[in-house]
Amino acid sequence: MQASSLTKTENNSWGGGGAKPLDAAYGKLMMWFFIVSDALTFSGFLVAYGFSRFKNIDSWPIADEVFHHFPFLHGVDAPMYYVALMTFILIFSSVTMVLAVDAGHNNDKSRVAFYMLLTIIGGAVFVGSQAWEWKNFIKGEYGAIEIQNGEILQFYDIKKDKRIPIDEFAILQSQERITHDDNVGVWYQSEYKLPEITLSEVMEGFKNNSAITVRVEQLNDKGQKIILSREDAEDKLSSATRVVKGANLIRNEYGNPLFADFFFFITGFHGFHVFSGVIINIIIFINVLLGTYERRGHYDMVEKVGLYWHFVDLVWVFVFTFFYLV
Amino acid sequence: MAKHEHKLEIFRGYLKFKSNVQKIWGVLIFLSIVTAIEVALGIIKPPILMNYFLGLKLINWMFIIMTIIKAYYITWDFMHVRDEKPFLKNTIILPLLILIPFLLFILLWEGSYIFDVMLDGLKEWDFDIY
Repeated sequence: MQASSLTKTENNSWGGGGAKPLDAAYGKLMMWFFIVSDALTFSGFLVAYGFSRFKNIDSWPIADEVFHHFPFLHGVDAPMYYVALMTFILIFSSVTMVLAVDAGHNNDKSRVAFYMLLTIIGGAVFVGSQAWEWKNFIKGEYGAIEIQNGEILQFYDIKKDKRIPIDEFAILQSQERITHDDNVGVWYQSEYKLPEITLSEVMEGFKNNSAITVRVEQLNDKGQKIILSREDAEDKLSSATRVVKGANLIRNEYGNPLFADFFFFITGFHGFHVFSGVIINIIIFINVLLGTYERRGHYDMVEKVGLYWHFVDLVWVFVFTFFYLV
Repeated sequence: MAKHEHKLEIFRGYLKFKSNVQKIWGVLIFLSIVTAIEVALGIIKPPILMNYFLGLKLINWMFIIMTIIKAYYITWDFMHVRDEKPFLKNTIILPLLILIPFLLFILLWEGSYIFDVMLDGLKEWDFDIY
């Protein structure tokens, strides 16, 4: 009995041949090395974000103003509440994962399966929430004007003392120009969708409403965006080049293009990690149901995938701090 | 499997749990409290914490410290580093502890240097005027 189990593990060189360096299973050790290198990758990204932010320290967008949506509460200003909820969902799915690992140590198949299922649901809810965040970010809310030097100008209502969306004051004109689609041209050519509100419509609205002025990217010493006087606003707007609504990789209505670039890249890379985590969790979950690990005699695989899942949670804690809080 | 032994103390032994499951819930409560404090601070933004200390606002220092505390409890209790051998702990933690602050220091310093140059150093770099 003793000898046969020994030869069995010796042949199994993929799993380290039964070797246990540092008293940890071979696969678990490899997962740890992967996590260390991935942690360095993520810190590289976050530090690059910090670099760009320090480089533009007096004109960086204010996160509270960008992320203030909450599902089913339209028009309610709820800065960060939803991201905080997302953080809590991810931490909670981490907890169900530890509980699954703990049940695995007791070889309790049904409880491992139950907690794995909860973890998968938590992860899926998180990915969905992130997609919703992206949708709001890309769609935008207020709209802005880009001027010749690349600066973004946002509009501000002095009377109501709050920001005003461009579609509220723009004066609509009849438009002759329509988006050129590939089904009408000589050859299959098309162009990007034209903005719903044109530059001249915004400028016309601005001229006819003296309560509106412009907010620039620069921050004052209290950390708020500087609001220009009406004359300065007219002067700045004389070099306006285009209307910006929402965000893409080239320009966004929130301010510095790098802000949107880093947002898409870092939360996207993290979201990809969560997504692959959910897929791996599903694979392990099916294996638990099939009884693969029960036959193997241990639930080490649950522990390994658990490490990855906690790491994803850990990274989110940092992304949350540096993107939304600081 | 009796070999999976867990250290059940957190806060340097001030709080000792009866079982591993209890410890997990205890750590979750602690992490939730820290997150709640972070969100509350972020919404209230107390004026006293808006003063600068070592190039950052005090409130941002608090956020960063609380994040590191959270990271510690996630790795130590959820990822079971607390139960690993000291050598494995160091293998995981030391590279991160050495490399990340180094990278952070060097790039943030460089970032604020470039900010200064763009703000008021441009004339000196414009060699046409000399």
